[in-house]
Amino acid sequence: MAEVTLVEAVNLALARAMEDDPDVVVLGEDVGINGGVFRATVGLQTRFGPERVLDTPLAELLISGLCVGMAAQGLKPVGEIQFMGFLYPCIDQLVNHASRIRNRTQGRLTCPMVLRTPHGAGIRAPEHHSESTEAMLAHIPGLRVVIPSSPERAYGLLLAAIRDPDPVVFLEPTRIYRAAKGEVEDNGEALPLDVAFILREGRDITLISWGAMLKETMAAAEALAAEGIAAEVIDLATLKPYDEVTVLGSIAKTGRCVIVHEATRTGGFGAEIAALIAERGLTSLLAPVARVTGYDTVIPMARLEQKFMPSVGRIVAAARKACQFS
Amino acid sequence: MASKKMADGGLPVIARFEVRHRNYLAPDGSINRPLPAFASDASLLASLYRAMVLLRNFDRKAVALQRTGRLGTYAVSLGQEAVSVGIASAMREEDVLLPSYRDNGALIWRGVKLEEILLFWGGDERGNQFSGPVQDFPFCVPVGSQAPHAAGVAYAFKLRKQPRVAVCMFGDGATSKGDVYEAMNFAGVHKLPVVFVATNNQWAISVPLRLQTASETLAQKAIAAGFIGEQVDGSDVVAVRAAAEDAIAAARDGQGPRFIEALTYRLGDHTTSDDASRYRPEEEVQARWKEEPIARLRAFLANQKIWSKADEEQLAAECHERVEAAVERYLAAEPREAETMFDHLYADLPEVYVAQRRQLAGEGDG
Ligand SMILES: Cc1ncc(C[n+]2csc(CCOP(=O)(O)OP(=O)(O)O)c2C)c(N)n1
Repeated sequence: MAEVTLVEAVNLALARAMEDDPDVVVLGEDVGINGGVFRATVGLQTRFGPERVLDTPLAELLISGLCVGMAAQGLKPVGEIQFMGFLYPCIDQLVNHASRIRNRTQGRLTCPMVLRTPHGAGIRAPEHHSESTEAMLAHIPGLRVVIPSSPERAYGLLLAAIRDPDPVVFLEPTRIYRAAKGEVEDNGEALPLDVAFILREGRDITLISWGAMLKETMAAAEALAAEGIAAEVIDLATLKPYDEVTVLGSIAKTGRCVIVHEATRTGGFGAEIAALIAERGLTSLLAPVARVTGYDTVIPMARLEQKFMPSVGRIVAAARKACQFS
Repeated sequence: MASKKMADGGLPVIARFEVRHRNYLAPDGSINRPLPAFASDASLLASLYRAMVLLRNFDRKAVALQRTGRLGTYAVSLGQEAVSVGIASAMREEDVLLPSYRDNGALIWRGVKLEEILLFWGGDERGNQFSGPVQDFPFCVPVGSQAPHAAGVAYAFKLRKQPRVAVCMFGDGATSKGDVYEAMNFAGVHKLPVVFVATNNQWAISVPLRLQTASETLAQKAIAAGFIGEQVDGSDVVAVRAAAEDAIAAARDGQGPRFIEALTYRLGDHTTSDDASRYRPEEEVQARWKEEPIARLRAFLANQKIWSKADEEQLAAECHERVEAAVERYLAAEPREAETMFDHLYADLPEVYVAQRRQLAGEGDG
């Protein structure tokens, strides 16, 4: 098995999907000869031709809208938006069309599309390149929102997303595009969507996160272990629809929960999980559910972005505090 | 602006563009130019006429239903019947229609049942599961957002080498949206088999065309996207159909997209929720009644002796019967169970929503 980076795993999955299914089409800005600004689509155009790996004009609404039209014809378009900050023009298409065309037509037309975009801060990128507004997407009925946190899950979940009969927004954690390395067997096997992954078992406290923040979350679990606190770490992976069973099962076991996301706090996806636990896990709770999140500010540019993002220290502190309740 | 002399400083002209206008039937039904070939088919002309009259009858009934609380907001085609009928009549079954919310005439031509249209405007998604060609798109309510879909559909046709054409319809207001230009631009780049049709009925709710664009025509918007834009008299169904035939044939033949601006007039309110007298002088509307498409074609057909008073009476009775029967079926439609709102949310309902569905079904607390 080869050791690959997360972005290489994305590339492997795209190539595999295109190889297996002639209906898969990759489209976006600079995805062709240039292989995408992060090189996620490198080599695909040479292999599959410019009709199946097409460089679109610079128009994000168009990319998402084209995907809807192609998907309604039974193609499986995989659109790329260069950065999440440029995804916003696609929201109209995602909310009004992609996510609901099946429902609007009672199944007559469907939308098996994937829209991929880098997600999150921490790469010292220019303004508008560090967005983590996944909660906005997870609010949309009929959509799937998936965030991998390792090369293995990037490969397996992207294959699943492409094969899924419904629209999926696939958010790729930019910060660990290259930092995360792992063994990936290019065997065409998908991982399940809508299912959370338990990355580490523990009985004292549950730490829940997704995407790049799992790096800090796992490091926090390690630090807590040194203090004698056994943290269970959940990678939520699919945010819409999310795996309530695994979340509640873990809370039933540990009675404590810290949710970690770099997105801003108010209305963030952490609030949804906290509400779920309050509604359906309250009797298990030994401490208030805590959130460690970005602040309610615009994500700052390079000089301050590290201050914005949850640190290992903040996660450890929140977990420690939760463990002080008895 | 063609009339203004531009200071040119002696610079060479590197490009010039033309926009053509097509019209055959004058408002009084007389002929301006030699008619296209299909116009020698009297039965085809009669069927175009029948479709327009049916649409007008249907509209009238739909408004009555809305006024009596039996239908939701509804958008009439009054005055612009020739556009959707003319366009749809030039399409083949295997082509794909991407209509705007006002294109009832096109849907009906393509086999959608009247009761299905009522069901949709009556607030029931089952209306969109209609009996027209199965790949046709439903009415698009967010203005202009169907244009990129049309480009995507046409791209799929091209990729699979299918001789099919996507036909996308929208209003003049929609041409102000980036969506429409983004789609046209892409279609031009890839020479896609798609025909964009703007029904220029002069008004986008209360906003007149002159506040929508400073462009002399909408047709010229195609020029920026690299293909032919043509303006047709949208109250002349022969012109609309002829332009659509040409454009669809060219698209099918691999010559790329076309744009048709159908210049017409919305004689009615924008929708049943609108009162056009708030922003539109009655004299303007009255003047436009003299150009409307149904009387125009009737005059032509009568002149040609292919339509009689008896035909007219028979058609009126047929329309009445057809519309009333559809209304009956619409009103008799089985109500949907509440929990069915989950049925087509995803291909398979994710486990986590099963409890919510049960709650709607009144089985448990979710
Ligand atoms: C994106 C969007 N903005 C606003 C509206 C509200 N709205 C509905 S119809 C309409 C006017 C559209 O005018 P036009 O495109 O000329 O079509 P027409 O109604 O005249 O057929 C507006 C503003 C909408 N449906 N979609």
